[in-house]
Amino acid sequence: MQKKIETPIDQDTVKRLSTGDSVLLSGIVFIARDAAHKKIAEMLDRGEPLPIDIRGQVIYYAGPCPAKPGQVIGSCGPTTSGRMDAYAPRLIKLGLAGMIGKGTRNTEVIASMKDHGAVYFCAVGGTGALLAKCIVSQEVIAFPELGTEALRKAEIKDFPVIVAIDGRGNDIYETGRLRYKKTVCDA
Amino acid sequence: MKTIKAERVIETVEDLCIKANCSLNSDIIEAISEAIKNEESPAGREALKQIKTNSEIAFFEQMPMCQDTGMTVVFAEIGQDIRIIGGDLGDAINEGVRRGYLKGYLRKSVVDDPILRTNTGDNTPAVIHYEIVAGENLKLTVAPKGFGSENMSAIKMLKPSDGLAGIKEFVVETVDKAGSNPCPPVIVGVGIGGTMEKAALIAKKALLRPIDIRNGKRHIRELEELLLKMINGLGIGPAGIGGSNTALAVNIEVYPTHIAGLPVAVNISCHATRHAEAFL
Repeated sequence: MQKKIETPIDQDTVKRLSTGDSVLLSGIVFIARDAAHKKIAEMLDRGEPLPIDIRGQVIYYAGPCPAKPGQVIGSCGPTTSGRMDAYAPRLIKLGLAGMIGKGTRNTEVIASMKDHGAVYFCAVGGTGALLAKCIVSQEVIAFPELGTEALRKAEIKDFPVIVAIDGRGNDIYETGRLRYKKTVCDA
Repeated sequence: MKTIKAERVIETVEDLCIKANCSLNSDIIEAISEAIKNEESPAGREALKQIKTNSEIAFFEQMPMCQDTGMTVVFAEIGQDIRIIGGDLGDAINEGVRRGYLKGYLRKSVVDDPILRTNTGDNTPAVIHYEIVAGENLKLTVAPKGFGSENMSAIKMLKPSDGLAGIKEFVVETVDKAGSNPCPPVIVGVGIGGTMEKAALIAKKALLRPIDIRNGKRHIRELEELLLKMINGLGIGPAGIGGSNTALAVNIEVYPTHIAGLPVAVNISCHATRHAEAFL
């Protein structure tokens, strides 16, 4: 059973979502990866206002391919979220309510998600062509010099994700593999 | 002596970059279809179906199957009776990469210096492995390598006394630690023997072998099959969310080594294990 969720996400929605839920996400998301996060962290260090009001928003960790003529965006699947772990708690504290990426998060990120109410969705890594079809519009809103790593505002429609870590800290990367773990005798 | 124009090398590499990134090879598509049938986790099955649909969209729309169109690894097997005319071979390969990544709307993911990190803007330079072989063919293989999986690779200089048990432990542990990051189901390239760099190189080359072909040596084939079972017992599953398909294949290549050593390299590749080749 798939849940349809609209962004931005309020705290009631965060509470309603549980690890393992299959979700079709629609609405505005911000696309940012390593270099844009580093820039955002530097702006916060300098006490400057951020290019976006992050409260209730969702960041999608991705760096798309260039769009061909007639395309909204090129292939755009999730990148490894763990590289953004150094930055995520600070943004969650400022009100970031959702992240989309792939792979595990560290204990600091999960603790911060529990403290402030945020959810981490995973999309299937390596499905950038399929996911690009769920992006209906996008524009670069900051750091254009970063190329594929620029900060983008995008509108997504029925973007398929799974709740990987919910607001209570339940982690599919822990529970999922335990369920299917088998001991294979290495004779 | 056969001559090959550098311009032909450029055009060939340009085409191979686009082909490799947009067309998943049939051996992998078949393995994914098989995995959809036997995957125990419902969510894992759904992830595998998305992977299959993604490969179809990429092929029919000629768009890259993954946005990480990789650092471009090129294997050039050069027949010793060939002469390249009209330009330098390395320059020609890099020009082909430059044109292919531009024409194919592929992502430019290479930075010029690992510390200073400015994007080169055209995905060059490629990592080129040259090999001089007998004959008068030039074989070019373009294998774009994404870094979600490259980052999870590892090498270890085992002791001869570590033996087969040490090899199994290191390979399985490397895939276990990689977990969900390298976009499972993965293909595991293993290089055993040689020196440190030789083990790494043959691990990479192992990824070029179709995954429905096992190593010709019986004891290596048996090791490939056993390691695949052990890895699939880890429970990581498609997309890392739990399941019975963590790897589609384990491909091992071996090389003679020193009396004192047992180098083992594990090069993990995502399900989008891309390679395309041409003979000139």
